[in-house]
Amino acid sequence: MKPTHHFQVERIVAGYENRTVIHGVDLVIPSHKISVIIGSNGCGKSTLLKTMARLIKPESGTITLDGKPLGKIPPKQLARVVGLLPQSPIVPEGITVTDLVGRGRFPHQSLFGNWTKKDYAAVAEAMETMRITEFANHNIDELSGGQRQRVWIAMALAQETDILFLDEPTTFLDITYQVEILDLLTDLNRKAGTTIVMVLHDINLSARYADHIVAMHEGKLVAEGAPSEVVTSTIVKDIFGLDCTVIPDPISGSPMVVPKGRYHVHAEYTSR
Amino acid sequence: MPKNFALVLAACIVLLVVCVLASLALGSKPLRFQEIMDGLFRSDVDSYSANIVRKRISRTVFSLCCGAALGVSGALMQAVTRNPIADPSILGVNMGASLFVVCGIAFWNISTANQYVWLALAGAALTAVFVFGIGSMGRGGATPIKLVLAGAATSAALGSLVTAIMIPRSYVMDQFRFWQVGSVGSASWGGIGTFVPFLAVGLLVGFLAAPALNALALGDDTATGLGVRTGALRFAAALAGVLLCGATTALAGPIGFIGLLSTHVIRLMIGPDLRFVIPMSAIAGAGILTIADVGGRLIGRPGELEVGVVTAFIGAPILIIVAMRSKVRSL
Repeated sequence: MKPTHHFQVERIVAGYENRTVIHGVDLVIPSHKISVIIGSNGCGKSTLLKTMARLIKPESGTITLDGKPLGKIPPKQLARVVGLLPQSPIVPEGITVTDLVGRGRFPHQSLFGNWTKKDYAAVAEAMETMRITEFANHNIDELSGGQRQRVWIAMALAQETDILFLDEPTTFLDITYQVEILDLLTDLNRKAGTTIVMVLHDINLSARYADHIVAMHEGKLVAEGAPSEVVTSTIVKDIFGLDCTVIPDPISGSPMVVPKGRYHVHAEYTSR
Repeated sequence: MPKNFALVLAACIVLLVVCVLASLALGSKPLRFQEIMDGLFRSDVDSYSANIVRKRISRTVFSLCCGAALGVSGALMQAVTRNPIADPSILGVNMGASLFVVCGIAFWNISTANQYVWLALAGAALTAVFVFGIGSMGRGGATPIKLVLAGAATSAALGSLVTAIMIPRSYVMDQFRFWQVGSVGSASWGGIGTFVPFLAVGLLVGFLAAPALNALALGDDTATGLGVRTGALRFAAALAGVLLCGATTALAGPIGFIGLLSTHVIRLMIGPDLRFVIPMSAIAGAGILTIADVGGRLIGRPGELEVGVVTAFIGAPILIIVAMRSKVRSL
């Protein structure tokens, strides 16, 4: 089981050159849990994730890991505890699956990048977990979108971090692959105790797979807690501006949002 | 380790040895086998032909050093810019180095290799910053095509300045004609001695940066997540690239396309892992430049064709092919 960490965000204000996106967010990441950040486009959910993963330097506020500000921890050392899969990583031309996954070992290696037995073992295990061992010597170009995403997650797994940030890991994938990826991430969380924090677009999949949901709106944190507390018709209306009704998901029992548009609405719902 | 790596390494070393032997044996003056052997192994023989062979030894060593430097410089520049067409000549960097050296000779009477090197490095660094700055303007950042255009335009402008400075000064023209096209023919052991420390530092930084550059190849965000300080890494690797190509240009003039040719040949054979691509590019660059020099000597008989002309002839078509492909994909 991975060790417990205290990852805390305090009064973070962050954004891009001339545009502040996040206006003061406080958050503690629950250890050994799957947390999902939800919100509409441009609400700052990706920016929050990027700031926590140190891709963006906050304008003010502090982010600490076990009480230590992130900036005070040497980058390689931090990268052995906190990993990141960005939204659109670059695939070098002609790279094989093993080479790509192996690059996740960078923070564990010495100056010369020599491979130890541990490195080989970690890569083999990551590929096993993501079920891509059979493609080990294939070119990434030969794989489907879902298989590619599994390769990228395996790269992040090879990094062997206790905390893993993922920025929209299921975007652009068919629904089958979305469920597959989320199942594999849940395996990882349950078996290894890896703390997972991700941004997801699909609110129903978020409600089903998350232990903890963080709802954001216009750069502020609106609500956080268990899916049953956060995914309610009032909060959905607040953060997405969408009228809906929330029913229990028949498969999982988690809350399920059923949107209400202007058409195809039964008479019993039109008044509300 | 990439598959076939041992095979590729063995083949490259054999080819390199063949290049070296060819460079010692072949030239504008045909020599007999015995004359070559005398020049190589018998220091007591002091004939005209033996001295030609001795001159070829230093020339060969120099072209190996220059080729290795240019190969690694190209690999580093490609990795730093994540751009498959980055190469000292395409980015205009060695023409910038050339211009500074020619200015030094023409205006400040600079004449020693030590002084050339520092001028060339300053010229190379300034040009690199300038071309990359122009190529990054506008939408999409430094795309391959924009960098090629900025580099080609800068290179043409700097090249015409070099010509403009040289033409009215016939003494400069005669002595340093190779600063327009690049040549390894004027190599001396003293020049090689000046060059070697820069080569050593550049190669060392290049080799040490390879694992981090491998992470950078996955994008800046991924690299940061893996614990790479991307800014510091880019600075160090770019500096090493400029050092290698600037020092080469100081002593040999602007030799083009070696960085592009060697890295693409190597990548085709062993894939994109920079821990192998960077050292192998040194070997490939050394071999390609040496064989191009031999070709120039044979084609240009009874004189010789400068090696910069030869590499441009081989390199230009390759550049076109790579640039066309990289519209679809970049590194």
